[in-house]
Amino acid sequence: MDITAPTPGTLPNIGDAEIAVRIRGLRKDYGSLAAVDGIDLDIARGETFALLGPNGAGKSTTVEILEGYRLRSGGEVGVLGVDPAHGSLDWKARIGIVLQSSTESGTATVREQLAHFAGFYPDPRDVDEVIAAVGLEAKARTRVSKLSGGQRRRVDVALGIIGRPELLFLDEPTTGFDPEARREFWDLIRSLKAEGTTILLTTHYLDEAAQLGDRAGVIVGGRLIDVGRIDELGGAEARVPIVRWREADGTPRETRTERPAELVASLVARFGGEPAGLEVIRPSLEDIYLQLVHTAGAVAHDDEEALA
Amino acid sequence: MSTIDTITGNAPAAAPRRARADRARPGRLRVGLSRIGYETRSYFRSPDAVFFTFLFPVIMLGIFTAAFSSAGDIQVGPGTEGISVGAYYLPGMLAAGMLLSGVQNLAVDIAGEKSDGTLKRLGGTPLSPVSYFIGKIGQVFVTGVLQAALLLLVAATLLGIALPTTPEAWLTFAWVFVLGITTSALLGIALSAVPRSGKSATAVVIPIVLVLQFISGVYLQFSQLPEWMQNIASIFPLKWMAQGMRAVFLPDDFKVLEQHGEWDLGMVAIVLIAWLVVGLVISRLTFRWIRRDA
Repeated sequence: MDITAPTPGTLPNIGDAEIAVRIRGLRKDYGSLAAVDGIDLDIARGETFALLGPNGAGKSTTVEILEGYRLRSGGEVGVLGVDPAHGSLDWKARIGIVLQSSTESGTATVREQLAHFAGFYPDPRDVDEVIAAVGLEAKARTRVSKLSGGQRRRVDVALGIIGRPELLFLDEPTTGFDPEARREFWDLIRSLKAEGTTILLTTHYLDEAAQLGDRAGVIVGGRLIDVGRIDELGGAEARVPIVRWREADGTPRETRTERPAELVASLVARFGGEPAGLEVIRPSLEDIYLQLVHTAGAVAHDDEEALA
Repeated sequence: MSTIDTITGNAPAAAPRRARADRARPGRLRVGLSRIGYETRSYFRSPDAVFFTFLFPVIMLGIFTAAFSSAGDIQVGPGTEGISVGAYYLPGMLAAGMLLSGVQNLAVDIAGEKSDGTLKRLGGTPLSPVSYFIGKIGQVFVTGVLQAALLLLVAATLLGIALPTTPEAWLTFAWVFVLGITTSALLGIALSAVPRSGKSATAVVIPIVLVLQFISGVYLQFSQLPEWMQNIASIFPLKWMAQGMRAVFLPDDFKVLEQHGEWDLGMVAIVLIAWLVVGLVISRLTFRWIRRDA
């Protein structure tokens, strides 16, 4: 990596007014364990940023510091220009939070719950339109406690957007969704994005990050090991195609090359026919991600989860 | 799910609506009042809460009246006018209702909200803790008034208990009730900080509430308790709520059965106000949406 470049993840060429989230040297220590170990990151207004990483890597800790739920041990953080450790109610009115776990046990109906929460905000969205947007029209008069897990998750999302947030935090929003519901959810997020909402998404689903994210960052062991556009993550090298085949004696071979067709042609010429077990692979985002995590020597800090 | 374009009508790209600056956030009081409605509705949709904190005193009053109906009237001394057992226990049940609606209900309710993530969610919204407390205390007040009304209605109609007729008695009832229910609500909020989880909340709260009811003259005739027990009970607010209610509902000559042979309404006010302040201070110091540096 070019050491003269600005700190990875920061956006040097735009003014503060255009930055929704600014993180510098963020640390969170639990005793001697650093759950977050020096993160620098900027997220531009209107951007959708996907935060990836294995369990216990520090994703949720980072996001909860940004949401104001946890206090940091060090570094500087600005969320919509405000330090979340001292976020006022007016600041909270400008953000929307969809927490990781849905624990809604309420006796209120979907409509009652949304109408009630809408009353906390200065400029809320229309309740019925939000219910329609999350596809719960048929359940509007059903108590939240009687909904299925996926339906409750939709209520969580609805509560996150009811206040018309400038910045929306989505912590593993589609866990428990069936494939169709996920695609509908993606459409909803795209329309929020089209409205100009800044979105910080944490997810385990790399296809989700690829579908929604303008940029993504990978956190491993409390450090941001890579940041970039989804199609640039891991660098150009990680995207070099892989050619696999078996030699005449059965030995498996594997070579990375920018010119796979040329290699295959030479193999055909050498074998005088079809090479055995031939595969040409372009690494998927998942392959690249796994490679990144592996290279970073990912040790899942389960003890961080235990402390949390 | 349709897209949110239906929400804004058109929504041109990258034009975040920033009308927010011109619009004021709804005030704490207004949101607090809306929370009272929300909390009261939730309360009546929770069968556990309704049975164990709302209906319980009514049921106990019915049981006491039926069980001791053959025991004859309670008299201050030979030759004096007696009252029925039901009439004697009515003030205690009114006091128990205040305690259950406030302390038991809120301590269990808030501990549950803390552990099921409700408070964490609310803490991420622009809801002020002040509005949250207005909602909780308001709910206790609304359901406490309904509970007292139900108790008095059942007492007067089904159980044939004569209710006071003088305005002075009802005035005393009003201030003892308002002070008692407010103190109970604040102590409930304060006590909700003790249970480590929602599941353990009933195990922590109910024994405290139950013991208080036994030593404070709710289930057992206070005048027949040993003096040391009366002295312990005098530290806590329930004894004074019950005594204040006895001053309202029992004939005046029953005051000789009280600890000092007087209704001591001054002490009722002082002790309840002291506990109100204690509840307020503890609530203010211990209440958190979440434990932030966990």
